[in-house]
Amino acid sequence: MNGVLATPEATAPPTTQAPLLRASNVRKNYGNVQVLKGISLTVNAGEVMCLLGPSGSGKSTFLRCINHLERIDGGRISVAGELIGYTQRQGRIFEMNPREVSRQRRGIGMVFQRFNLFPHMNALENICAAPVGVKRIDKQHARKRALELLDRVGLAHVATSYPAQLSGGQQQRVAIARALAMDPQLLLFDEPTSALDPELVGDVLEVMRSLAADGMTMVVVTHEIGFARSAADKVVFMDGGVVIESGLPAEVIDNPQNPRTVSFLNSVM
Amino acid sequence: MSSPPPAVTVTGVVDADVNTDDDVAAVPLRHPWRWVVAAALFLGIAVLVVSLWTNPNIHHGTISKYLFNPKIVNGVGLSLLITVVAMVVSTVLGVLLAVMRLAKNPVMNAFAWLYVWVFRGTPLLIQIVFWGYLGLLYSQISLGVPFTDFTIFSVDTNTLVPAFTAGLLALTLNQAAYSAEIIRSGMLSVDPGQHEAAASLGMSPSYTLFKVVLPQAMRVIIPPMGNETISMLKQTSLLSVIAVLELYTVATQISSQNLRQVELLLVVSCWYLFLTSVLSVPQYYLERHYGRGNAAQQAPTPLVRIVSALRRAKHAPTEPTPTDTRGRKS
Repeated sequence: MNGVLATPEATAPPTTQAPLLRASNVRKNYGNVQVLKGISLTVNAGEVMCLLGPSGSGKSTFLRCINHLERIDGGRISVAGELIGYTQRQGRIFEMNPREVSRQRRGIGMVFQRFNLFPHMNALENICAAPVGVKRIDKQHARKRALELLDRVGLAHVATSYPAQLSGGQQQRVAIARALAMDPQLLLFDEPTSALDPELVGDVLEVMRSLAADGMTMVVVTHEIGFARSAADKVVFMDGGVVIESGLPAEVIDNPQNPRTVSFLNSVM
Repeated sequence: MSSPPPAVTVTGVVDADVNTDDDVAAVPLRHPWRWVVAAALFLGIAVLVVSLWTNPNIHHGTISKYLFNPKIVNGVGLSLLITVVAMVVSTVLGVLLAVMRLAKNPVMNAFAWLYVWVFRGTPLLIQIVFWGYLGLLYSQISLGVPFTDFTIFSVDTNTLVPAFTAGLLALTLNQAAYSAEIIRSGMLSVDPGQHEAAASLGMSPSYTLFKVVLPQAMRVIIPPMGNETISMLKQTSLLSVIAVLELYTVATQISSQNLRQVELLLVVSCWYLFLTSVLSVPQYYLERHYGRGNAAQQAPTPLVRIVSALRRAKHAPTEPTPTDTRGRKS
């Protein structure tokens, strides 16, 4: 998988290990508006990357491109060396059929701002739905695993509750467990705490921190600067569809170089 | 309001004796006009019933004689059979058409649109007659290679499509067009985030449809579909124009012999009223089933409420039981 699909414009990092996520010159238009104007970045396995930036900067759109919820209009995104949403044969790019896209998405979990739990299933059924229905895992095993995951996010006691009976923070933690049940190699978080009451944010961030500590590769779009500073290996600041600044949290958050980064950080902290 | 507020401690706990003073024991608001209107309505209905009962032009013996006449009961059975089969098949077709309408595939889209346009755009009565007279349009129906003389088999249309089949076809195909629109509206009511969540978990489009979208759409689909089922039952009477032996056809056949038209219409009306009442029961339970997870806690069914009320009456002098509180929670 090393470098086979590497595109000419991609700049190889100095590490010997190939990055798990590689985006190069990603562009995306909505009609005449270009919302992503060439995003290039890499995330290594086990790393946590936080995407910061004002709303409308394109960070959520970029996140949704990684699992092909949005199709890109230019550039390349690859996860574990595999191009997302397209296949490359003899120098040409072919669109994937929905079944292949589904297969790719199994390895990329996603946690949404509005949780998006299935309201007609209880917590346990929400977690088991994809492993049983998609991966064809035995029901008993899936159930056992789901209970373990619920326990891990601190919610073993709500296994049979429906989403409407849970608080926002509990719903989001069930949603994280649901994503984990597919054993993803990459986990995407789209502003996971933005729809939560302030006192519930901590529980969700706690779970995310423990995932990071366990070596889960994560890309997190967030406004939680404190989380980015303490949990991220890499922070990327986006504005107007381009990466303005990126680097270690200590560099970008505590010693920003670009005036736009400075004014954004001043406004949120 | 005029009395001083009750003494409340700093922690917000109201003193016990103050609490009893503050209990609301207001005289309830009276609604005298409700009684007046109810009395007027009751009087009107009583006049109507008495005039029907004492009307010398209605032969009551005929009504009771034919209410459970075997021919009538068979007609009821056939009407019910047609209703159930037509609703089940048309719902399956409706799901298919709704999915086609919502698909990105322009061919499917256009086909589904055309189907709904044709079957919703022409009167049901005309469609029934059309299917009934199919034999006039195509005397033979054959399977073979189009535009050649090669045929695998060929049958007489009137053998393949007798009146019953023609009627069933007409009702089913017509209903599918309406059901498709109801099901489509239900599917559109599901939050787009649900599609995204399913996609992000790697679920295929068909798995997403059957496990995520349709179960949620059901909540919106069932009430209008209950309506459609009741319409369908009544529309089976239209099949009398192609002589399917359903309830209304049988009744008109009988009344054309004994000339008791009004009496047999009353017999038929009683049956339709009874059947439509019965059909609303499964709707209630389906709504409950698909409403799960939506309300934090569902109220007990009427049956459970009746049972617990009976139990309460039985154990009235004894201590209140857990069923007691459950019955009251509704």
